[in-house]
Amino acid sequence: MIENKTELWTVIILLGLGSFTLRFLFTGFVGDRQMPAWVLRHLRYTAVAVLPALVAPLVVWPAATGGQPDPVRMSAAVATLAVGYFSKNVLAAIATGAVVLFGGIYLMG
Amino acid sequence: MPASTANSTVSSAFWRGARHGSPFILVIVPFSVLFGVVATEAGLNVFETLAFSVVVIAGAAQFTAVQLLVDNAPTAIVLASALAVNLRMAMYSASLTPYLGSAPLWQRALCAYLTVDQSYAVSIARYELEPEMPVPQKVAYFVGTTLFIVPLWYAFTVVGALIGSAIPDSLALDFALPITFLAMVAPMLQTLAHVAAAVVAVVLSLVLAGLPYSLGVLVAGAFGMMAGAQVEVMMTRRAAP
Repeated sequence: MIENKTELWTVIILLGLGSFTLRFLFTGFVGDRQMPAWVLRHLRYTAVAVLPALVAPLVVWPAATGGQPDPVRMSAAVATLAVGYFSKNVLAAIATGAVVLFGGIYLMG
Repeated sequence: MPASTANSTVSSAFWRGARHGSPFILVIVPFSVLFGVVATEAGLNVFETLAFSVVVIAGAAQFTAVQLLVDNAPTAIVLASALAVNLRMAMYSASLTPYLGSAPLWQRALCAYLTVDQSYAVSIARYELEPEMPVPQKVAYFVGTTLFIVPLWYAFTVVGALIGSAIPDSLALDFALPITFLAMVAPMLQTLAHVAAAVVAVVLSLVLAGLPYSLGVLVAGAFGMMAGAQVEVMMTRRAAP
């Protein structure tokens, strides 16, 4: 639970300012000048690197099972990934993950 | 061109953007409800949850920040990690610069605030198809793509926050966040370089999971990005004659 409201509002405001700065960085400040190719090349992989890094420990050691690896949650994660990868459909992937998760929890008791 | 004609083409670009952005309503609504639910479960009230969505307006970064706040990570780590997740916005900004860079400052600022995965994806695809579109129409189109998704992002965050407190723990909502992230990332894995970036990041993140303050996420993410860039260079060399 988040109980420190000062920290919460600090995060909301600074994260808002920081996110706006990131979005404004190039359209706002660079104009027509070209970025170095190596910078763009690295930035292209930010989302596909940082998001899986964030999720991986939550999938392998879920908080809900006290950090014990859980076959149901693992299967739901794999199913979500597979459907998202092959269908390119975010909604279908979420729906599949939810069905596997709830189906698995129901079947495993 | 008479002013009325110019206005009507700008207006039609806006509505065309709105039409092209509308399918993403299906993505935005469940995702924003989910944020409302997750934020409420984390102890935020409805106003705090809505403020998060209006001020930050970035789903993945919001989830990251809430998750790390729940984990009691220091403020600097929360900000650094959530901004790292949002670094792609800088990439979007860079990629939009050739198309929007000459628009008036206030319009560029408005587009910057409205830059999300969906508005970027729809608009950049259109700009590449129609590079000759005048800049005022490009701006109108961009803003148009957010006509439905941004207000619905706010509104359904509130809906999620209102229903969230009534949802029992037995619904396993703890796992909504991993599923949503995986569903968002999987379609982005379009090349071997993307897959390499993700695999390196996942492996390092698990290896470094013992690091305090989720520092492992940042280190793993940085190495994942380097892996992706490196594989891209290798693939390009291989493809070269």
